[in-house]
Amino acid sequence: MTALDRKLIRDFRRLWAQALAIALVLACGVAILLTTFGTFVSLEDTRSAYYERNRFADVFAEANRAPLWLMQDIRRIDGVRAADARISQFAVLDVPGQAETVTARILSLPATDAPRLNLPVLQAGRLPSPGAADEVAVNAPFAEANRLRPGDTFHANLNGFRRELTLTGTLLSPEFIYTIGPGALMPDNETFGVLWMPESAVAAAFDMEGAFNDVALKLDLGANRGDVIDRLDDLLDPYGGLGAYGRDLQVSNSFIDSELEQLKTSAMILPPIFYAISAFLVAMVMSRIIALERSEIGLLKAVGYSDVEICVHYLLLAVLIAMAGTLIGWGAGTWLARALARLYAQFFDFPYLIYNLDLGAYALSGLLGIASAAIGAGRSALRAARLPPAVAMAPPAPPRFKRTWLDRAMVALCLSQPVVMILRSLLRWPLRSGLTALGLALAVAVMVATSFFPAALDELVSTTFDRSNRQDAVLLFEPDIPKTALADVARLPGVMRAEGQQFQSAVLRHGHREKDVAIEARRPGADLARIIAADGRAVDPPPRGLMLSQRLARHLEVRPGDLVEVEFLGGINETHLVPVSGLVTQYIGLGAYMDLGTLSGLLRQAPRISVANLTVDARALPDLHRVLKDTPELSGLIDMARMQRSFEATIRKNVDIMTTIYLTVAILITVGVAYNGARIQLSERARELASLRILGFSRGEVSFILVGETMLLALLAQPLGWLLGAGIAKALADGSTSDLYEIPLVLKPAGFALASLVVLAAALLSALVVRRRLDRLDLVQVMKTRE
Amino acid sequence: MGTVFRTRGLTKVYDTGELKVRALDDVDLELYSGELAVLLGPSGSGKSTLLNILGGLDHATSGQVWFRDLELSALKDRELTRYRRDHVGFVFQFYNLVASLTARENVQLVTDVARDPMPAGEALAQVGLEHRMNHFPAEMSGGEQQRVAIARAIAKRPEVLLCDEPTGALDSKTGIQVLEVLQDVNDRLGTSTAVITHNAAIRRMAHRVVYFLDGRIDRVEQNATRIAPSEISW
Repeated sequence: MTALDRKLIRDFRRLWAQALAIALVLACGVAILLTTFGTFVSLEDTRSAYYERNRFADVFAEANRAPLWLMQDIRRIDGVRAADARISQFAVLDVPGQAETVTARILSLPATDAPRLNLPVLQAGRLPSPGAADEVAVNAPFAEANRLRPGDTFHANLNGFRRELTLTGTLLSPEFIYTIGPGALMPDNETFGVLWMPESAVAAAFDMEGAFNDVALKLDLGANRGDVIDRLDDLLDPYGGLGAYGRDLQVSNSFIDSELEQLKTSAMILPPIFYAISAFLVAMVMSRIIALERSEIGLLKAVGYSDVEICVHYLLLAVLIAMAGTLIGWGAGTWLARALARLYAQFFDFPYLIYNLDLGAYALSGLLGIASAAIGAGRSALRAARLPPAVAMAPPAPPRFKRTWLDRAMVALCLSQPVVMILRSLLRWPLRSGLTALGLALAVAVMVATSFFPAALDELVSTTFDRSNRQDAVLLFEPDIPKTALADVARLPGVMRAEGQQFQSAVLRHGHREKDVAIEARRPGADLARIIAADGRAVDPPPRGLMLSQRLARHLEVRPGDLVEVEFLGGINETHLVPVSGLVTQYIGLGAYMDLGTLSGLLRQAPRISVANLTVDARALPDLHRVLKDTPELSGLIDMARMQRSFEATIRKNVDIMTTIYLTVAILITVGVAYNGARIQLSERARELASLRILGFSRGEVSFILVGETMLLALLAQPLGWLLGAGIAKALADGSTSDLYEIPLVLKPAGFALASLVVLAAALLSALVVRRRLDRLDLVQVMKTRE
Repeated sequence: MGTVFRTRGLTKVYDTGELKVRALDDVDLELYSGELAVLLGPSGSGKSTLLNILGGLDHATSGQVWFRDLELSALKDRELTRYRRDHVGFVFQFYNLVASLTARENVQLVTDVARDPMPAGEALAQVGLEHRMNHFPAEMSGGEQQRVAIARAIAKRPEVLLCDEPTGALDSKTGIQVLEVLQDVNDRLGTSTAVITHNAAIRRMAHRVVYFLDGRIDRVEQNATRIAPSEISW
C-alpha cells in the first residue's frame, strides 16, 4: 500500500462522522432504488415467466350463453393462435368451520385434453377426474385459509341444488395471481375461492351443455389486438357478449400492473433526491477538505505527484464514502426488498418466487451512488489538481467581504456582531447557503409527501365507507333478479332495510375515447349506497342522464352537459346518447350512475337488480349466513364491516411502515445536511470563534453563531420544503392513480407542521452535537494553527 | 564545478489587477554543482519566488532558466511535474508534513513515486530519526518535524535540495541541528543545496552567498572560510 493510499484511508477514518452522515443519505437512495427497481424487475420477470410458461391468454370475453360451434369461427379470427372456451359460474359454498357465507367462481376444466391457455399449476393432490360429477380442485390460498386438504369435502349450492363436493387438489393459476371476489376491495381468501370442475359436471349442473360463456384467446405475435377484440365482440354479440377485453383489463393482471406502476413511480421520484443530496454533501465536504489540505496538495505537487494522481486521490475519498453508503444501502435495500416480497406474498399468489434481486439492480444502484459522489467531488478534485503548486504552498487569501446595501441595513437595524457574522457568512457563500437550505427543504418535502398518505387514506375510507357505502352487507345475484324479489330479501333474518341496485355492462364512448364500465342504476332516495357529488352532497341521478366519477369523466374527456354514447352489452346491444348530468367523487373504481327507472326504460324491461344493499341486525348475522348458504341465485356476499376492517388494517399497516421509513429518511437527510454544514462552519470559523472566546465571549454567545446559522438556514428552508413536498405528494398520488383506484391528494396543516418540527429538531440536534466540539476547542492551539 | 541552475533575464510579475508587483526583476544567476548556496534578503526581496521557479513550482513571466541542459522555462506543467519528481528535493519553513501519516509514511510519499529512492528508514537514519519513524507529526517537536521533511527531501537522492527558510519556525538550538543535517547531506551526498533565509548569521556556513534586494541580485559573495553550523549563533 502506498503512503498516499494510507493517507486516503486515514483521512476517511478521521472524517468518519461526516462520511457516515453522507453515506446514510446515499444509502437511502441506494436502498430505495434497489428495493423499488429490483422488486419491479423481479415482479415483472416472475409474472412474465409465469404467463409464458402457463400460457396466460391475451384476450378475454364473457357472454351469457354461446354455442360451442362458435369456437370454430373464433379460432378463425385473423391473428388468433389458440382459443379456449369454458363455463364460468358463481356459487355459494358451505365450508365446514366457516360461519361466513363463502362464494366461489367455478371454472370448467375441458374433458379430453388439458386447457391450452391459462394452465393452472397443481400445488397438492390431483386434478378432478374428467368424468367425475362431484370432484373439484380449488385455488391453493382458499384451501389454506379454510384449512382444506385433498380428500376433504364441503357443500356447494350449484344452480339451486345442494351438492357435496370432494376436494382432489389445490391449484394456482396465472389468471388469479391477485384473487379478488366480485365487489370486494381486497383479496379475502376465507370467503372467496376459485373452483375448477370437470366440464361435463359444470355443464350438467348449470344447464350449459354444448355451450360456453367464457372464452380466452392467445394471439399471434404482431396480431392487432384491437381488431381481434372487435371481431370477437361481433361474434359474441348475438349471445349476450359482455365486451371482450385485453390483459390490461383482466382483474388480477391490472392489479399487478398498478403495483408495478407504483414501484416505477417510486423508483423514478425518490432515489434521484437522495443521490442529488449526497452529491451536494460530498461537494460541500470535499471543498472544505481541499481548502484545509491546500498546503498538503502543494507539497504533493512539489515532490512530483501529477495532477491526475492528486485528482484521483480526492475522488477516491468520495468513492470510499459512496462505497460505505452503497454497502449500507445494499444491506437495507435487501432487507426492505425481502419485507416487500413478504408483503407481496400476502396478496399475490405465484407458484414460485423470483424475488431474488438481480445483480443488475445492485450494480445500478451502486454505480449511481458512486457516480453521484464522484460528481459531487469532481469540482473540488479538479480544483485541487489545477491548483498551481506555488500558490498552494502559500496561505489562502482571506475571503473577500464586500459592503452591500445589506450591510447598511444591518447597521441601520443595530444588529449585534454575532448576528451580523451569521448573515454575512450566509451572503458570502450564497450557493452553499442556498444548497444547504435546499437540502433541508428536501427533508421537509419528504416528510410532507409521506404525511399525505394517512390523510389520503382517511379521506378515501370516509368517502368510500362512511359517506358513500353505508350498508352492512351486499348480496350479489347472478343473473339479475326481478326487483320485486327485493321484498323476499327484506324478509331474510335480521335484515332491517334492503335496497336494490342494478349493474349493467356498457361501453361509454365520447369522440375517440371509450371505456368498458358497469353502469350502476338505483331508485331515487337510495340511502345505503349513496352517490357523493363533487361538492360533497349525496345526490340521486336525474331521470335522464348519467353521473360519472371524475376519473372516468377525465378519461372520456367529457364535462357535465356533454353527450356520451352508451352501448349496452349482454344481449341488449343498443346504443343511446345520454347526457352527462354531473360528476361524482369516487376513489375506488370507475363509477357511472343512472336512475333505475331510466335504465329499465332504455332496456325496455321490468326493473331488475344485481345486488341488494342491506342493513342487518348484527345479532341475527349467523342466521342470515345460514339461510344465504341455501340461496341459489346468490353469487356473492360482501360483509362491508369485514371488508372495511381488512382494507384499513392492511393499508394502515403499509402506511405505517412507509411513514416510519420516510420519517427515518427525512431525519437522515437533515442530519446529513445540518451536521456537515455545522462541521464545515466550525472548521472555517474555529479561529474566529476562538478569537471571540479570547476576547471574552461566553461559550453560549459563541455557540449562538454556530447554531444560529444552521437554524436560520433550516427556517428559511421550510416554505420551500412545504412547496416541494406538495409537489412530490402530487406526483406520488398521480403515479398511484389507475383505473382501479385513485389516491386523493389531501394535504393538512398538521402534516406540514409535523414535517417542520421534525426537521427543525433534527437540525438543532445536529448543530448541538457539533457545538460540543466548540467546548473542547483548545484556544491556544487554534490560534497557533496556520491555515 | 558544473552549473546546476542558470537563469537569464528572469522576471516574475504578480498581477493582482490593481497592482503589478515585480517580484523578480531581470535576474541572471548561476548555481554550481555540489555547492551550498545561501540566498539572503529581506521579506519580499524575491528569494522565494526564485526558489519556486528553480524548483518547477512556478512559471517566470519572462526570461529563461535552465537545470543543467534542460530549459525549465520552456516546460509544460506535466514536464515540470516529472522534473520535480526526478530531480528536486524541497524543505519548507512549515515542514508541510501530512498530518495523517507517520514519519516513515511521509517519507514514503516520495519514495513511492521516485525513480531510484533510498529506503525510507535509511533517509530517516540520515537525519538521526530512526527511533521516531512510527510517530505522527503531532507527536514530534518542530525540529524533528523539519528533519523528517529533510529526510523526505533527500530520500529520492535528488540532485538539488531547495530549502525555503528551513529554520524560520525553529528556535536557535533546533535550527542549528537542522542546519547540521543540511550541511551533512551536502558534504556526504554532494547534493547541490540552496537555502533561503533572512537570517544573516546563516550565511557563513555557505560556499556562496547571494544577496537579494527588491527582486534583484544585489551582490554575490564567496566565503573563503566556512564555519560549522554549531558555531553560528542568532
